[in-house]
Amino acid sequence: MNATLACVLALAAGTYVFRLAGPVLHGRVELPARMQELLTVGATVLLVALLATGAFTEGQGFAGWARPAGVLVGGVLAWRRAPFAVVVVGAAAATALLRLAGVQ
Amino acid sequence: MRSSHRTDDPTRRTNGGEYQGEGEGEGEESCSGLVHVSHLPPGVLRDIALVWLADAVVGVPFGAIAVAGGLPVWVPVLMSLLVYAGSAQFSAVGILTAGGGPVAAAATGLLLNSRTAAFSLALADDLGRSWTARLIGAHLITDETAAFVLAQSGARQRRAAFWISGIGLFAAWNLSVLAGALAGSALGDTDRFGLDAAFPAVLLALVLPALRADSAARRASAAGAVIAVVAAPLLPAGVPVLLALLGLLAARRDPRRPRTATSGSAS
Repeated sequence: MNATLACVLALAAGTYVFRLAGPVLHGRVELPARMQELLTVGATVLLVALLATGAFTEGQGFAGWARPAGVLVGGVLAWRRAPFAVVVVGAAAATALLRLAGVQ
Repeated sequence: MRSSHRTDDPTRRTNGGEYQGEGEGEGEESCSGLVHVSHLPPGVLRDIALVWLADAVVGVPFGAIAVAGGLPVWVPVLMSLLVYAGSAQFSAVGILTAGGGPVAAAATGLLLNSRTAAFSLALADDLGRSWTARLIGAHLITDETAAFVLAQSGARQRRAAFWISGIGLFAAWNLSVLAGALAGSALGDTDRFGLDAAFPAVLLALVLPALRADSAARRASAAGAVIAVVAAPLLPAGVPVLLALLGLLAARRDPRRPRTATSGSAS
């Protein structure tokens, strides 16, 4: 089997198992509050690490300034509670314009 | 995703009409009656529809980025149908296209999705009682559906919020990913359009509410981000992000130990 397909199927199966936990246990078991906190904070940490590496790195190297600058624009828009679509389009547009202006 | 944001857009209201058919089709026959859009408090459907739209706006670049990164069209499409979790899909595709390997991609995605177990426990009673409803409903558990359900009080409202937001999100996400994947091969180099900045920006928008609300999450995330960025040039793709979990040590030292609301969490 193709390795990429195996990756997709493993991720799908594992994710479905996570999602079945509740219906199977039918609300009889509750995670300890500390555990829930840790899961939530852990998910946030993972996402922030993803966005930081995604903003600054490309492969093993630096992604250039246009991308983190665009992400920053998106972040400011999100901070000012702009609608989600505006955040996405704003970040992409800022990066595209910087590249058009010659900034890598 | 933010369920609480209020962007006035009265045009979204029209979605009510087309929704009923889908909702009834999914409702289970056995116990507690059919899900109907009228079970939702006023205004909730508009918020839900806005999140459908937001997810569709994210789905298009997801499909486009995956294909532009060299993956065949079926990878993002199949992933969206079977995995159905935006951030895990983005990270898996990011690792695959960066040459990080399928094991790192699946492991990172699974770690990211482990939080759905917590949501699943929180939502267990809201899917319905029949096993058909539970088995299908489980697949629709996302941060967004969890946020909408937890914002409702009353069993009927919660169930309606779950199925209506869940089915619509599933449709919006998969259709937009398909569109993006098909367009991506025609677009060529998506960097020209700055789409490579869209994904980190999406994540930033998703985690911002959690970061605003929770100082422990802020400290842990800052530490984790520094660890990941410093490690990125040295380690294979995927590993730096996992290493970021060491940032949790910074959260543990918080003397105030703030409570985290499940509903306001990051995607």
